[in-house]
Amino acid sequence: MFETFMINAFETSAIVAIVSGVVGFFTVLRGAAFAAHAIPNGAFAGAAGASLLGISKLVGLGVFALVGAVLIAALGRRSRSDVATALTVALLLGLGDLFLSRSEEYSAQVFALLFGDILGVASYQIVPTALLGLACILVILMLYRPLLLSSVVPDVAEARGISPRWMDLAFLIILALVTTMAVPIVGAFLIFSLLIGPAAAARAFTDRPLPAMVMSSCIALVVVWAAIAVSYTTNLPVGFFVGSFSGLCYGLGRGWAIWGDRLRMSGRPAG
Amino acid sequence: MVLAGRTILDRVSFTVAPGSFTGLIGSNGAGKTTLLKTILGLVKPTSGTVSIGGAAGPRRDPIVGYVPQKIALEPDAPLRARDLIGLGLDGHRYGMTRPSARRRNLIDEILAAVNATRFADRRVGRLSGGEQQRVMIAHALISRPRLLLLDEPLANLDIGSSHEVVELLRRIATDQGIAIVLTAHDMNPLLHAMDRIVYIARGRAVSGTTAEVVRTETLSELYGYHVEVIHAAGRVLVAAGEAGEGKNARTPPAPPDSQVG
Repeated sequence: MFETFMINAFETSAIVAIVSGVVGFFTVLRGAAFAAHAIPNGAFAGAAGASLLGISKLVGLGVFALVGAVLIAALGRRSRSDVATALTVALLLGLGDLFLSRSEEYSAQVFALLFGDILGVASYQIVPTALLGLACILVILMLYRPLLLSSVVPDVAEARGISPRWMDLAFLIILALVTTMAVPIVGAFLIFSLLIGPAAAARAFTDRPLPAMVMSSCIALVVVWAAIAVSYTTNLPVGFFVGSFSGLCYGLGRGWAIWGDRLRMSGRPAG
Repeated sequence: MVLAGRTILDRVSFTVAPGSFTGLIGSNGAGKTTLLKTILGLVKPTSGTVSIGGAAGPRRDPIVGYVPQKIALEPDAPLRARDLIGLGLDGHRYGMTRPSARRRNLIDEILAAVNATRFADRRVGRLSGGEQQRVMIAHALISRPRLLLLDEPLANLDIGSSHEVVELLRRIATDQGIAIVLTAHDMNPLLHAMDRIVYIARGRAVSGTTAEVVRTETLSELYGYHVEVIHAAGRVLVAAGEAGEGKNARTPPAPPDSQVG
């Protein structure tokens, strides 16, 4: 199980998992799951466009992810943000359809962008993944307190001089960075499950923000590594296991929370 | 004050002293929240100024604390009451929270001051409306503001808890020398606590002590038609009288306290 391609897979997926866990904590806290779904899907169109032009897919992904983030933020200011997000992803996916119809891309490569290609990660991909991941973590660490305050009580944060609009834009740009980093590795669909599942599960095990963020990363790491290992032994696709393990963790978290509530209830005197 | 081309408030002027307790009273839509946002610097007045501590204070300085009407936080969010209060101290700064004994003591002190020690370690989203409000008051107070603004703090409370909150705020104003300004559509729970009242109606306001403002003559002049101020069982009722001499043919808007609290 420890050939070079497997080592590459374990390394890059660890970076993706840790960063997704951290960003996922804020995604769930802000109720931004839809944006976390829309930006990677829209960015997929950028990768298709890049291969048509013969430039790096990472550049295409990055440009489209950023355009998606800015569009969602700009349109969301004047109208409902879910409508703005839906229209943005529709527009970008429309472009993706156009690009794919013009390109000679093998369907296998398109498929890899959607569902990931963890076992096919090449050594040259590790450095850009690590750099993008580091950028995400640094931005989150820098914005941690204002982003937390603005996510929880936006109007109070605004009264303290933290503009909710700028925080929204900053967070969407972080999502764009995660997208650019993760889509070539785990695919546009599965980054979504890593952003939501572990972060949603973590909040069942702790009621404090920082431990919840760290635990979210740990759960994401366990999910991805277990998925790779099981996929290697069973010869079934990694994506299947990432998606289902992520859902399973959420289920376990809910179960744990319900069990804890019952214990507390029965521990207390009635009334 | 003009919002979306509509004049909301015009020629509203009042001052608050350190340690004083001021009620901004008016019906829904009278412009109370707009006035609070103007003081916070979130809404720019068309003309006129707001000055705090002698100078137009920069917003980032925690000179002004703000408590919104209610917070909307999901029950599962991993954030305890004490975490949210800690963010009142340094939430506007960049970087991570640095835990220290001093920080913890400050949080414990303020928790005790608002009677919130009991639920300090529970998730904020799981607390009742009244408990969340005390957490938000602590969140605003911990940065030692000179002015504390509260938007309708009594709106969703029953009579008993609303009495408790008024007593708590009154005590904080006196003990810490903070000027407290709160909005309310019903002045009755505040009557005994207010040093000053700013009564807002029809885009204008009168201010003064309760005895000066809550009088038939003063309020009739503000409304522009005859209103009767009735004192009954230690409470005040402002009731619309007949439209004086028929010059106000249209139905006057209902005064805010058209029922005895």
